[in-house]
Amino acid sequence: MFGDYSIGDLGSIFVMQGFAGLILFSVYVLMALGLAIIFGQMGVINMAHGEFMILGAYVTWMTSNLFQSYLPGLFSGYFFVAMMLAFLASGALGMLVEWGLIRHLYKRPLDTLLATWGLSLILQQAYRSVFGAREVGVELPQWMLGSLKVTDSIEVPINGIFVMGLTVSITCAVAYVIYKSRWGRQVRAVVQNRIMAGAVGINTEKVDRYTYGLGCGIAGIAGSAFTMIGSTGPTSGQLYIVDTFLVVVFGGAASLLGTIASAFSISQTQSTLEFFMSGSMAKVLTLLAVVGILMLRPQGLFSLKVRK
Amino acid sequence: MSDEPNKGLRSPLRRKLLMGAAALPLVSILPRPSFGAGPATATVNTTGLAVTDTEVTVGILHSATGTMAISETGSIQAEKLAIEQINAAGGVLGRKIKFIQEDGASDWPTFAEKAKKLLVNDKVAAIMGCWTSASRKAVLPVVEQYNGMLYYPTFYEGLEQSKNVIYTGQEATQQILAGLNWIAKEKGAKSFFFIGSDYIWPRTSNKIARKHVENVLKGKVVGEEYYALGSTQFNSVINKIKLTKPDVIFTDVVGGSNVAFYKQLKAAGVDLSKQALLTISVTEDEIDGIGGENIAGAYACMKYFQSLDNANNKTFVPAFKKMWGEKTVIGDVTQAGYLGPWLWKLTCEKAGSFDVDKIAAASAGVEFKEAPEGYVRIHENHHLWSKTRVGRAKLDGQFELIFETADLIEPDPFPKGYQ
Amino acid sequence: MIINSRFFNRSELIGFVTLALLLFLILPLSLDAFRLNLVAKYLTYAFVAIGLVLCWGYGGILSLGQGMFFGLGGYCMAMFLKLEASSVENTKIQSTPGIPDFMDWNQITALPFFWKPFHSFPLTLLAIVLVPTLFAFIIGTAMFKRRVGGVYFAIITQAIAAILTILIVGQQGYTGGINGITDLRTLNGWDIRTDHAKFILYFVEVVLLFGCIVTAQFIRLTKLGRILVAMREQEDRVRFSGYSVANFKIFAFCAAAIFSAIGGALFTLEVGFMSPSFVGIVPSIEMVIYTAVGGRMSIFGAVYGSLLVNFAKTTLSESFPQLWLFGLGALFIAVVLAFPNGLSGIWADHVQSRIDRLISSIKRKSGGWTSNSVADGAPAE
Repeated sequence: MFGDYSIGDLGSIFVMQGFAGLILFSVYVLMALGLAIIFGQMGVINMAHGEFMILGAYVTWMTSNLFQSYLPGLFSGYFFVAMMLAFLASGALGMLVEWGLIRHLYKRPLDTLLATWGLSLILQQAYRSVFGAREVGVELPQWMLGSLKVTDSIEVPINGIFVMGLTVSITCAVAYVIYKSRWGRQVRAVVQNRIMAGAVGINTEKVDRYTYGLGCGIAGIAGSAFTMIGSTGPTSGQLYIVDTFLVVVFGGAASLLGTIASAFSISQTQSTLEFFMSGSMAKVLTLLAVVGILMLRPQGLFSLKVRK
Repeated sequence: MSDEPNKGLRSPLRRKLLMGAAALPLVSILPRPSFGAGPATATVNTTGLAVTDTEVTVGILHSATGTMAISETGSIQAEKLAIEQINAAGGVLGRKIKFIQEDGASDWPTFAEKAKKLLVNDKVAAIMGCWTSASRKAVLPVVEQYNGMLYYPTFYEGLEQSKNVIYTGQEATQQILAGLNWIAKEKGAKSFFFIGSDYIWPRTSNKIARKHVENVLKGKVVGEEYYALGSTQFNSVINKIKLTKPDVIFTDVVGGSNVAFYKQLKAAGVDLSKQALLTISVTEDEIDGIGGENIAGAYACMKYFQSLDNANNKTFVPAFKKMWGEKTVIGDVTQAGYLGPWLWKLTCEKAGSFDVDKIAAASAGVEFKEAPEGYVRIHENHHLWSKTRVGRAKLDGQFELIFETADLIEPDPFPKGYQ
Repeated sequence: MIINSRFFNRSELIGFVTLALLLFLILPLSLDAFRLNLVAKYLTYAFVAIGLVLCWGYGGILSLGQGMFFGLGGYCMAMFLKLEASSVENTKIQSTPGIPDFMDWNQITALPFFWKPFHSFPLTLLAIVLVPTLFAFIIGTAMFKRRVGGVYFAIITQAIAAILTILIVGQQGYTGGINGITDLRTLNGWDIRTDHAKFILYFVEVVLLFGCIVTAQFIRLTKLGRILVAMREQEDRVRFSGYSVANFKIFAFCAAAIFSAIGGALFTLEVGFMSPSFVGIVPSIEMVIYTAVGGRMSIFGAVYGSLLVNFAKTTLSESFPQLWLFGLGALFIAVVLAFPNGLSGIWADHVQSRIDRLISSIKRKSGGWTSNSVADGAPAE
């Protein structure tokens, strides 16, 4: 298939294809980070993760509308405000859900799956009732559109760079919070041994609530970022849920580094395969490879050694 | 576009309020049409349908929930508008149309189940419904078995013809060929890149388009790609497009994938004012989600655009907006949905009966002169004669009519040489 | 759990007879043909739910991929029916007569090899059982031998269901794609679309359902069933006692797959088509919910759960399409939070115990008789 193209063409295609993979990688990391915290750290299977993302997307949409009507002068900067609001909205909803639902189920992880699935149905219908069944389009500020011309044939989409930058900063922030801050130590202590953590004076309930809230809040930011590349509708969240779980599980549930590594390998495989075959077959092969590897290595790429 | 902060306008509740508000003056000002003056029920209904001296019942069967609700909402709205207008004008054969709405829930077996309920339990005289090919395929055996009448509004892949179905949308050749001819002539296009969602309609449409490009236009298809429904990552295919540099990108991507595709295309620096793109899947409805700024400049091949400049459309668009809100947009399929109840009414009056067999037999040749798209006529194969039009997407989410065929195009669901 | 030497204890016998009365007499006599066909459709899910009782309720293995077995069974049946419906004279307008219509639309000119066995009805019946079993065996062996369980197993089965869906949708020339396999008409020349045929199929289905109930009950009462429960509670101890935990899990998973596949095949017959919308994640999770609502430990509960949830779905979605998802979501949450043992738990806790007390008080008056029935279905937790 390469016969018709010059070396230069091929080179730039590989560069751009690599970049497409990197964007996909960022998307996966953003999706999976929140879940890695909730599932990896707390053991809660949050099937409503996609709906928390979509909440962030709707918040972004509302913010962009508000800015257009009331602050058109500041429209170019609305996205940052929107992301903050998305984080707060999804985080607040997450904490509410933790309080009303999840905290009763810590001892029954499989049941969190069913309960949060119910939650996701309720949220979907709520979005449909409030925002309507049609998809909404979020208008982006002018500077986010278009692409940078690196060379004549290599062009890099600006919103792709933005998503990548966002991913890097959020990942660093999460890593800092989990591994360096006092609160992060408390979270890890609760994960490793809830009873002992409680015994040494950590307020485990509060830690749980904030952890869950943080995970959902990051999902909200992810949703906000996705308005740049995808669609926002009541059921869009369901599209992401399988991919997200696979990324987290493949990486080794409790490992942040694992999540990143798995997002990287899955996204690169998929985008490379997509170039050689149809999109749906590329997806099937990628997922099959992931499942196959998980069967051989159930603990995922990176596993945390915990004494049980 | 979504420049108004008032989200409430889009909520179904608000819509209902608007609808109520729109209906109020109608009820109070217009002289109430008197129903019951038509021919005796025994003569117009010999097969036990739900017809009384004053009322006739039809079914509306679309997805109000699930992933397809996005697309099917417009059809529901159009069908309800048509029914209301018909009732205001005196109904069908002196009878008021009453409708029973069922939710197919974007689930094909549910469609079949509900169709059966409408036909067997409710004995509806006709069903306005279905949207996706899959739902039609699920409903078709039911409609044939229980001898119902289905008015199907979506442009579709063809390869089907049934006594019990009237296809008010275009079949594939009607939609595609004239558009391809136009773009080949206008842009001197020789190379085409096809990209579609992975199911029967895009694949069949692309098959027909490929044959036409290769055999008639003597051009070349440089790529043909399919993505699973709901895919949101198109960067790889966009790279392929950039690599192959086609004269025309021909797309039939549907649903939410559309939004992702056009946003990513724009972000990748593909300028649609320079790169010709012809789509057969984006109507005004889809642009609402995609955003006019992401697709401005693209060409769409349809039979109806909201912006059409004719007398019928000038009364249709305000009536639609009055009923469903100023911000609603009207796409090709919505208009085709509007045709259903009207064509059924006209056929009933031609046949002088509600009997399905008589309606099926009388359908051929029925003309609807007040169609928003201009004029349509039912062909013997139960599809519509209609024009093919090409529009260019504008920033405000509307299309600007660029080209229309001089004559009505004959529907040809089993095209020779394209299979 | 008190060891019971009888196949059914008293309360189970009552449950069995009640269900038999309901399905064989009350429903067929009281419902019209349309509603009865709906019940038949709901009951196909009961097969899956019974399978889930075995592998989830007793074995503690939650599979979120039962839809794929349901789908495999359904597709096997659909392929047979489709071939019968695509006889040369029925399909003479196609460019290649004698193959299913969707293949013709996708420019396939010869029947693919894996469709060929489905010309034969016995081979089809065999495939309905064997294909899903083989599939379950491969997945089960790969996972359980490596001691993957619990949450991970759930997520991986879910992913496999997703893969299968994408594959079926993507390979539409061979599978009918997203439309599925539609327009199925006859089974060995017998028109399955008539009301009369649906009536007969209903009874065939109920008989098969009772077959599955008895089989499940049998599995539950043998040593195997007890090992399953023991495994769920203390997997390591069972392993240390010298049992091969993996093999028992594989067995339970395969049994559940077979039940689902039978349900799927019947679904195709009852509804007249099969589509990938039954294979994916959403239907798979809904099937788990039927089991949870009925009570994950109760075989009869599974049947009632499937009937009730689906009945609610049809009624609610007919009258309040907007509210339906709220209702279903709330049901999920309520079942998990408030009634972890579902309907059968409520029955056992609130109704059964009262009946027992009532009976034993009567018995005590009439002379010493001790009830040895523990309200069955009560979990060991």
